[in-house]
Amino acid sequence: MNRTAIDLGGLGLDQGAIVLLRQALAAMAPGDRLAVSGTAPALLVHLRAFARAEGHGFEPGPADSSATLVRGTAASARWQQAERAGSASADGTVAHAPPHWGLAARGAAVEAGSPAFHFDLADRDALWCDDAGELYRRAMAGQWDPAQAIPWDAPRHHPAFVEAALVQVLTYLIENETAALIVPARFAARVHPHFREVMQLLAIQAADEARHIEVFTRRALLAGLPLGLSTCGGQTSLQTLVDEPEFALASFLLSVLGEGSFLHLLGFLHVHAPDRCTAEIMRLAAQDEARHVAFGMAHLTRHAALDPTLHGRLRVAVERRHAALQHTAGLNAEVFDALVLLAARELTPAGIARGHAAVAELQQQMDAGRRARLGKLGFGDDTAALLSSLHTRNFM
Amino acid sequence: MTTTLVLGAVAYDAKVVTIWDGFQRWFDAQGLPFDYVLFTNYERQVEQHFAGACHVAWNSPLAWLEAQRVARARGRTAKAVAMRDTDRDLTSVIVVRADGPIRSLDDLRGKRLGVGAGDSPQATLIPLQHLAERGVVPERDLAVQRFDVLVGKHGDHVGGERDAARALMQGSVDAACMIDGNHLQFTREGTLPHGATRVLAQTAPYDHCNFTVLDDAPTALIERFVALLLGMRYDDAAVRPLLDLEGLKAWQPGRTTGYALLERACERTGWLQPFLRRLGAA
Repeated sequence: MNRTAIDLGGLGLDQGAIVLLRQALAAMAPGDRLAVSGTAPALLVHLRAFARAEGHGFEPGPADSSATLVRGTAASARWQQAERAGSASADGTVAHAPPHWGLAARGAAVEAGSPAFHFDLADRDALWCDDAGELYRRAMAGQWDPAQAIPWDAPRHHPAFVEAALVQVLTYLIENETAALIVPARFAARVHPHFREVMQLLAIQAADEARHIEVFTRRALLAGLPLGLSTCGGQTSLQTLVDEPEFALASFLLSVLGEGSFLHLLGFLHVHAPDRCTAEIMRLAAQDEARHVAFGMAHLTRHAALDPTLHGRLRVAVERRHAALQHTAGLNAEVFDALVLLAARELTPAGIARGHAAVAELQQQMDAGRRARLGKLGFGDDTAALLSSLHTRNFM
Repeated sequence: MTTTLVLGAVAYDAKVVTIWDGFQRWFDAQGLPFDYVLFTNYERQVEQHFAGACHVAWNSPLAWLEAQRVARARGRTAKAVAMRDTDRDLTSVIVVRADGPIRSLDDLRGKRLGVGAGDSPQATLIPLQHLAERGVVPERDLAVQRFDVLVGKHGDHVGGERDAARALMQGSVDAACMIDGNHLQFTREGTLPHGATRVLAQTAPYDHCNFTVLDDAPTALIERFVALLLGMRYDDAAVRPLLDLEGLKAWQPGRTTGYALLERACERTGWLQPFLRRLGAA
């Protein structure tokens, strides 16, 4: 049996001496005796109360300044059934994170009896990718401050019809980026925090979109025009995205097909931007979107390798969405015309011909990009071509 | 034949429902059918215990004495079958301002002493008895100011003690009574600033609550109840929240050796008499 002594000096139990006592007792075995001495007023009164409350024995000493605590079992009993929630490292995840690990840090010792949280995305195979942590760090490093990064005061010399066209395109972008914010934000709250890198990635993805909404709005209002049109068809298309409950399918439709298409659209707008401010906004937004596409591709590639049914389900998701949208107008005429006008820069047959050709080329690039990504996910050429053709005409 | 054990408890706080609902689920899971009734005060609980409303009563120390006296008067017996580890060997303290003139119990003569609820063993009856036994007789030698919070609940609510502590710091009383653990709590939370008070006196150790049964209790159910209580382990995640709520680490067998100080207080003040008269047990 150990026998240990501790001198608290003038430190009272109401001043933190309890921390010293707990440290000393934690290192002892039940039944061990800890001789405590000190000069604080009421030391023995408080020692008796402390011992009783924490399940230790108390024996007053011969003097008013000392007593013996007999280490009880309760302090360690609390942790006897605790379990480690995986380990903190990137390869420390478990295949299925149990509900009672809840919000605990990965790698923490979780007290038995902790409440169950209902995070329904708790299976590693359905959401994980091995470089999630690296993607998150890259996303953090790529954050930009709209106030600093965008030349808001850059000169604008374009005609009024080009500004009006730009405002219409920005109105459409804001609507689409709102959907792109809501989808990861919803899933972030459903992912078990054990998979913290995925949760963090989804959160920063939502933050990226929040910033895009801000800069698109601010640019749209620069010239004092009212915002443009929001169509039933556009919102119906986005609603099918927002309403998709399954993570893999939503990620496929949003990141691989939608944001993948948007990469080309933002590139187009960067090239055809009527001013330096708009060009910079599109460049920076495209950087962010490229990360979102990369994460979607990474976890779906891993998921598809582990789950042979995934390809079929992704295909059905595209077909189902196409069927739901086939009676809608697709990309609204106002947005299509606005893209043509932005590329045309002039209201002449020659200018419009140029603009129209540029938009046609954009759509071909989008299609080629979608087919390439579908190919990387393991779809054959014919299926990739079919699925790309069925993707919403609304781009996102 | 009775198949469900019924416990009586006093609802001194809303958490009492949470506590006994939790115990009910746990006892049920262990195969002991269990139910409980709540009373608004201990006197009603003791009276109804004898009327057969419950088989076991979760009694304050004062309620234990009340039950014991009624039983004795009726030729019956009451027994304490279990208690918390934290019900054993409590002490109460009489606290004064550190910067004040009171240095001894004699200095309390002519002063004002703040106590808890009038029926609180720990914050009123026992510390006053401690003084009386040392020649400083409450009401005669010093004025007693009661901080009556939830009378009938025998001081289970900490509010009376906290009010007395605040009064000490505000200067409306010269000394205040409280459990040792509450003095530690009040100084840690700042109700009593660190270093602002001094412990003038500490009572001898005494015991607090117990589960009381009468001689007509269903023996097998009570034995099962006590066995289950004593078997509850703090390392069991299923019961630890219940033990934390009820404020203990382990249940102990009942003992009745720790009530002598309170018993003397009741004899000196005649505190039990009105209740015992009402039940025809005086």
